[in-house]
Amino acid sequence: MDLGSINPVLLIASLMVAATPILLAAIGELVVEKAGVLNLGVEGMMIVGAVSGFAISVETGSPFLGFVAAAVGGALLSTLFILLTQVALANQVASGLALTLFGLGLSALMGQKYVGIKPPPTGDIHIPLLSDVPVLGPILFTHDVVLYVGIAIVAAVWAILKFTRAGLILRAVGESHDAAHALGYKVVRIRILAILFGGACAGLGGAYISLVRVPQWTEGMTAGVGWIALALVVFASWKPWRVLLGAYLFGGITVLQLNLQAAGVAIPVEYLAMSPYLITILVLVILSKDKSSAPASLGRIFHASR
Amino acid sequence: MKLTSLLASAAMVLGLATGAIAQDKTKVGFIYVGPVGDGGWTYEHDKGRQAVEAEFGDKVETVYQESVPEGADAERAITQMALNGADLIFTTSFGYMDPTINVAKKFPNVKFEHATGYKTADNVAVYSARFYEGRAIQGHIAGKMTKSNIIGYIGSYPIPEVIRGMNSAFIHARKANPDVQFKIVWAYTWFDPAKEADAAKVLIEQGADVILQHTDSTAPQAAAKAAGNVITFGQASDMSEYAPLPRVSSIIDNWAPYYIERTQAVMDGTWASSNRWDGIDKGMVGIGEISDAVPAEVKAEALALKDAIASGEYHPFTGPLNKQDGSVWLAEGEVADDGTLAGLNFYVEGIEGDIPN
Repeated sequence: MDLGSINPVLLIASLMVAATPILLAAIGELVVEKAGVLNLGVEGMMIVGAVSGFAISVETGSPFLGFVAAAVGGALLSTLFILLTQVALANQVASGLALTLFGLGLSALMGQKYVGIKPPPTGDIHIPLLSDVPVLGPILFTHDVVLYVGIAIVAAVWAILKFTRAGLILRAVGESHDAAHALGYKVVRIRILAILFGGACAGLGGAYISLVRVPQWTEGMTAGVGWIALALVVFASWKPWRVLLGAYLFGGITVLQLNLQAAGVAIPVEYLAMSPYLITILVLVILSKDKSSAPASLGRIFHASR
Repeated sequence: MKLTSLLASAAMVLGLATGAIAQDKTKVGFIYVGPVGDGGWTYEHDKGRQAVEAEFGDKVETVYQESVPEGADAERAITQMALNGADLIFTTSFGYMDPTINVAKKFPNVKFEHATGYKTADNVAVYSARFYEGRAIQGHIAGKMTKSNIIGYIGSYPIPEVIRGMNSAFIHARKANPDVQFKIVWAYTWFDPAKEADAAKVLIEQGADVILQHTDSTAPQAAAKAAGNVITFGQASDMSEYAPLPRVSSIIDNWAPYYIERTQAVMDGTWASSNRWDGIDKGMVGIGEISDAVPAEVKAEALALKDAIASGEYHPFTGPLNKQDGSVWLAEGEVADDGTLAGLNFYVEGIEGDIPN
């Protein structure tokens, strides 16, 4: 055993990178679910975001444009879900699953040209002075922009849901779409916006994998992150800061367990491998003792005449 | 009345015609563990499938299903393929072993071929490649080239195939450089680019300057490239898009000749269950070009090692070798037999850590 070979600063810095894709996808899905829509297509939107972002940043040489394209790509795919569930009033669970399957296939097709190519590097920001602070500097101030954008989105979602009228309306739509409709709010329109936001966030999360975390394009490269993000929203009881905590816990333990393995710690590897799932669920379940429950209209189809 | 009977007979003729065509063609199915575009393991199996199509043209029809999880769902996927009329089905990952055997019991007339496993039946053959021969060459290059004397190894699942590779690489790395240490990380996946990249980064952060992988994607190559000053080896496929650095060489699986041979056997009606395990000599294991990043004399030594293995003059598991606990495994000059190798479940002396159960 050689714990000394684990560098805690590098560990924390890399856990933030590992957590960001889950965080982005989960915060988007949180908004969607708060509006009363259950979109199981997160995985599909992520992978389409991953390939769109990768393709555009390779073609233009700009990671920034890549991330924009990823958000647009994710949102575009989610319009399919909008058509199915908000216009055609199809079952949300089935539509979401279909979206994932479709997204996986579509991304494989879109990405054929891009296998084995290296994307332009996404630069890290080095904030002068702050990034030179020992320990905290490398942990907090030497990441790429998107990582900070992820945290900013969590903060913004929290503030908007908690303090603004827009947030209140969104929550009303999610709790009781009939009441919201009776009050004159455009239920479908609000839900469409929420779904688009969710798609854009998932797309960003996917592109973070293909442009920063790996970085390359491989078919099926999200490998289930979208499903983890979905589960995280539930275990975080639809609370933005808990999503952040959950994502960092999950990402953190994933990276930590690899570190412990490499350092030769005498814990059986099977336990280490399952620890991210176990510990994240355990912590969030304990936290959610306060009986905060799902939005009451979650997954229910809204039709104005009923 | 006339019209309906006419239609009915037309339909019958059509049905017979398509039936006849279907019988002419030999249908070959493939079950893949990852996507065909993984750039590694599954990519090479799919190249084998394409070679079968190219060889037999209209006489075969090939079908495949990708990203089939190992476990219960595999049984459904294989059954589906058998129900759809496949004559020969290749199941291309270790975890499909029991599902393949189970499905084979239900379809005695369908031939099954399971890669890297050890359970056979009347209609189930197994085949694998002696990847450990390639690992010996990797180990030698790795041992010669490491400066930190730490070699990182990304394992997938603790199964004999993977453990053989680790042992073979370790033995030859130690021979080349007695100070070499292995750091092993088990990813518990064949294909998860993000996790594989994380594993590679962790190993690099902990001082490894050589990364060996037994997972299927090119993600560790990308991570090594980003880190700089780290060398890697292509796994299952050449991964030449990462040459000359970080990828300095590779193990290439070449399944095409075997797939063609077995498809031919089904067509001829001569197919019989067998246990094939070929290596460098038969071309099932190829060694990708050793790039210029490797010093010339190391390259020469590696090629000499390759030739010695190919000619049968040298076996990568030749004694004296001890097990991890220090007990004797192979005496001086003794060579490991295939049975032991097929079920290998221990580390050789010098590797630290335990193999997960």
